[in-house]
Amino acid sequence: MTPARWAALSAALVVAMVVATLVGTVAVPVGDAMAALGGRGSPLAAQIVRDLRLPRVLLAALVGAGLGTAGSALQGALRNPLAEPYLLGVSGGAAVGGVLAFALGLTAIGVLPLAAFAGALGAVTLVVGLARVAGRRTDPRVLVMAGVVVGAGANAAVMVALANVPPDRARGALWWMMGSAADATWPQVGWLAAYLAPAMGWLWREARTLDVLALGDEPAAALGADVDAAGRRVFMAGSLIAAATVAAAGLVGFVGLVVPHLARAAGARGYRAQGPAAALAGATLVVLADLLARTAWAPTELPLGAVTALVGVPFFLSRLRQATA
Amino acid sequence: MTAAARGLVFADVVVRYPRAAEAAVRGVRFAAAPGRLTALVGPNGSGKSSTVRALLGRAPLVAGRITADGDDVAGLAPRERARRVAVVPQRESPAFPIAVREFVALGRFAWDERAEATRIAIEAALARADAAALADRDTESLSGGEWQRVRVARALAQGAPTVVLDEPTAFLDVAHEMAVFELLRALADDGRTVLVVSHQLNLVARFADHVVLLHRGEVAAQGPPAAVMDGPTLERVYDWPLVVSRDPAVGAPTLVPLRVPGRRPG
Repeated sequence: MTPARWAALSAALVVAMVVATLVGTVAVPVGDAMAALGGRGSPLAAQIVRDLRLPRVLLAALVGAGLGTAGSALQGALRNPLAEPYLLGVSGGAAVGGVLAFALGLTAIGVLPLAAFAGALGAVTLVVGLARVAGRRTDPRVLVMAGVVVGAGANAAVMVALANVPPDRARGALWWMMGSAADATWPQVGWLAAYLAPAMGWLWREARTLDVLALGDEPAAALGADVDAAGRRVFMAGSLIAAATVAAAGLVGFVGLVVPHLARAAGARGYRAQGPAAALAGATLVVLADLLARTAWAPTELPLGAVTALVGVPFFLSRLRQATA
Repeated sequence: MTAAARGLVFADVVVRYPRAAEAAVRGVRFAAAPGRLTALVGPNGSGKSSTVRALLGRAPLVAGRITADGDDVAGLAPRERARRVAVVPQRESPAFPIAVREFVALGRFAWDERAEATRIAIEAALARADAAALADRDTESLSGGEWQRVRVARALAQGAPTVVLDEPTAFLDVAHEMAVFELLRALADDGRTVLVVSHQLNLVARFADHVVLLHRGEVAAQGPPAAVMDGPTLERVYDWPLVVSRDPAVGAPTLVPLRVPGRRPG
């Protein structure tokens, strides 16, 4: 990828974040908002911009960066252009873990992602196992079918679990299944970053392993990769990222699908370029999707996951045609 | 390490896949020596690719050993094995577009080294495989012949003394087949151990030093091409009427299958 394209990707994220911080349902004049960012100005503007919008924008950016990184890693390790945490049911598994933790009263802010991680690992094991039973792990359709089925099961489990939890104890089923960055707080931004950083850093450091895995099992083994162990570690890292994003913002689908394709279309060749490019594009996409979610129908908020799905579904259909043609 | 153990040695190798009724490879024993071009031939399903996969630990080796320069390959860490033996698998398609130079650079995956050392190894491998002009293309834009040269370049970039290629001339026209075999011959003459799996018996007869003929997972014959290119043996193994003559122009044994309308191989 050329330096100009890296600059454009980075600039797009910065512009999206600035716009999303300055624009909202409550009209705060740009001057006041800028003053609030600088720690001056009216207390109301400061509260809206610094305590509501800024953490929300940062949370959305982190969620997008994580999902983009995880999507492109899973696509490489599974050699499947349709792979991503949501379609593989991994995010659904994370939601089940999170909801169960809520139902059991384990609501401490750092514990939720761990429960979601357990659920995500269970789901990824189930999906890859199902596809292997079908004997066609390399067929993109079989894996996605297994993922969609596991995801549907996860949605049902979330609804059943939430039916028995008092509404004041848990966020609603809609929050879990359609995603939202609405109740972002600074501590949430902090722990999301803390969970994402090691997993994303590890995936970027293992860029060459991901490139080798994307060649297929036999070529990867021939080049010296410990194929099965490396694949498991990628699933672990992808699951941890999916779990952290789900615990922070619920199910936000299709970002992990769309963004790696954008990165490749922008000329990112190899995971060393594709991982960071997907993170930048993913962050931009989710920040813009969240801006749309809170402003398009104001004062009503659209679910964030619904906005990303509106972008992702047509994209998925066009990729499905190519992947199976 | 004894001199006899140098190169790649397959000692009574048995490969049996889970739930398979019988073993795919049944006690195969042969050696591919340094400086020589060894060819593994035989009908479809005779166990050639399973033998190669067992070398990579991707097929269950239930008995026997495969050694590289005297060391059991199964006991080597994957990266160490890749530094000893480079394998070009039969089929391969990158899941996503990748530039040729990046693709060849993955041959250095098993090495911890400075970027400069990697660059030198890549350029040398590209040049040796006559693929330097392709370096800046994407792999998906390559023709069949170019793709095989790039894959050989990646294997050379691995820097291993032993190179194994599974059907490197599949889908290639006559000129590209010849170019690949000339390259393999040259690599053997450089002193490398070269093992090639091939269906091109007539090319094998002209280029190889040692031919191993597999039939139903066993070695049916092995030796110099002139010894293995024996009409009755090949007719039995391939289950097809044929004659072996000496080509008047180049002097090599040449297999000519006969026409039998309606016949199917067993």
